[in-house]
Amino acid sequence: MDSLTFLLSGTILAATPLLIAALGELIVEKSGVLNLSVEGMMALAAATGFIVVSATGSHWLALFAGGIAAMLLSAVFAVVVLFALGNQVASGIAVGILGLGLAGLIGTPYEGMTVAPMARAPVPLLSDIPVLGPGLFNHPLIVYLVPLVAVLLWWMFRTAKLGLVIRAVGESPESAHAVGYNVLAVRFAAVLVGGFMAGVGGAFISVVSSTLWSDGMIAGRGWIVIALVVFAMWRVERVVLGAYLFGMFAIAELLVQSMGISAPSQLLTSVPYIATIVAIALLSRDGRRIRLNAPVSLGRVYAGTH
Amino acid sequence: MRLPWTVEARAQRSPFAPLVAPLAAVTATILAGLLLFTLLGVPVTTAFYQLLVAPVSTTFNIGEVLLKATPLLLIAQGLAIGFRAKIWNIGAEGQLILGAIGGSLLPIWFNDSQNPMMLVGMALAGSCFGMGWAAIAAWLRSRFNANEILVTLMLNSIALQLLYYLVAGPLRDPFGFNFPQSALFPDVAMLPTLFGGARVNAGLFVALAATVAAWFFVERSMTGYRLQVGGVAPEAARYAGFSEKRAIWLSLLIGGAAAGLAGVFEVAGPLGQLQRVVSPGYGFAAIIVAFLGGLNPIGILFAALFMAVIYVGGDIAQASAGVPYAVIGILQGVLLVTYIAARLFVDYRVRWRRSAARVAAH
Repeated sequence: MDSLTFLLSGTILAATPLLIAALGELIVEKSGVLNLSVEGMMALAAATGFIVVSATGSHWLALFAGGIAAMLLSAVFAVVVLFALGNQVASGIAVGILGLGLAGLIGTPYEGMTVAPMARAPVPLLSDIPVLGPGLFNHPLIVYLVPLVAVLLWWMFRTAKLGLVIRAVGESPESAHAVGYNVLAVRFAAVLVGGFMAGVGGAFISVVSSTLWSDGMIAGRGWIVIALVVFAMWRVERVVLGAYLFGMFAIAELLVQSMGISAPSQLLTSVPYIATIVAIALLSRDGRRIRLNAPVSLGRVYAGTH
Repeated sequence: MRLPWTVEARAQRSPFAPLVAPLAAVTATILAGLLLFTLLGVPVTTAFYQLLVAPVSTTFNIGEVLLKATPLLLIAQGLAIGFRAKIWNIGAEGQLILGAIGGSLLPIWFNDSQNPMMLVGMALAGSCFGMGWAAIAAWLRSRFNANEILVTLMLNSIALQLLYYLVAGPLRDPFGFNFPQSALFPDVAMLPTLFGGARVNAGLFVALAATVAAWFFVERSMTGYRLQVGGVAPEAARYAGFSEKRAIWLSLLIGGAAAGLAGVFEVAGPLGQLQRVVSPGYGFAAIIVAFLGGLNPIGILFAALFMAVIYVGGDIAQASAGVPYAVIGILQGVLLVTYIAARLFVDYRVRWRRSAARVAAH
């Protein structure tokens, strides 16, 4: 496989879990909740997915189980911040640590084991294109489905009523409540859906792209996901762009090493984080723009239930 | 989804109220720990012994508890000052790493030094590095209004990569068979240990001094008062002319210096060199400690000790009963989750809707 094909195919595989998890986190943040437990949710899902695929051999079941596991964890977070009115930042960190702990615990007997890769579904005709075909169109089916989810969400937040309700709840929970929407229910659902999607992303890493389990294998990707949502200024189309960009950096690191160029790989790994800091600074310097983009009530406790 | 209960803020609280939530959380965490150990096949009595008795039973283990309490205490005191002002520094882990790097430079560059002032220089360098790392977030927040939660989070990840780069290259031990770690520090760069055989070191006194200093700063100083007003009532603070930018800089610099110093104490204490892993997540655990302690300097002291017991209990259980190290993370998570749930009942009056309706009818 020549290096361009490797770069394309590797980028797609690295970007897909980031994309699905970031789209989930986008939904959560649009509803006004900042869930910082993504790293823990992805780790728990990766462990759960790996165990399920080892036991059943079904990769689809593994992805689903990973999603459910992370969703259950996100339910703990949701109860703490929505019903117990906990501080979102501290609760997210704590639930994240909890998830990492649970992942390490249930994954212990599987440490270092591998599973069979997921069956590929080459796209007819397109996969025969030289270089591009094997790079872009010769992946497991789930890889093509994730961008479709992005399209669906893009449409939802633009025009569908559900998307507008989520946005209203995130912009001004008091107003949304006043016009009759149930703020807590919308946020609870958003956190669960976001948790499920983070879980699919986490399970993707252990059962599709790396096909192995090792404690700590999520290796900061949950933080990249949070960076990604901010980098994308809470816009679906930019999350897609950012995910493939950040995915490419992850692969470029391997490529650069294999080509013997002595750029420190740690610098490449840091690029997404640095880019995000720059993006936050650029976006925030203009007060109007940040208000137009960031959900206004993000991270704030909402206690008006009566 | 109309909740079956309503909440309203309590107008007055009993003087013991601040103790209720942490004690409930500690009890719940202990029960969760016993349950978890039992599920893992450890008999309940053994589990209880390993989790709570063993960590305080031998001189060495007490030393271990104090050793782990040191960075937690130091970092949490620094963070709590910012948290009270609603400046959310989530970057203590990165600031700790920078402190470890800064503190390692002198003993690596002057590896055969006999200079008795070495430790002082390391502490200064480390806390400056931690402060400098936090200053990036402070500058971006005060200059561009960039959210400090997100910036400090990103800086954590960058700090880790910086550490990996340095121990693999510029700061690697040239005679270390290519292992990603620095040369061992000279004796003058090591903190003296306190009592026979235990690893706890003089850093503990600094953490305790920081606790006293934090108490005076929060309870007795005008600056501390201004910070707190800024957190509780930003409008009032603005009206009174308390500078928000000053609060941002002060909070982040104090937090960064404390975390940086904690980083120095790790490399100059139990590690004795710069490695790829300089902290088992102390920077994040300290956030839990700060909240469990009610953002109160005295409360944080006890919270740090309990958190340290969890670390040591987990270590002991892993060594003697083969319980995975991961249980430590689970118990840390349970600790904060139950604390927040308990706080609901302390801070708010929770009423079932049915009885609330009856009260209204009267």
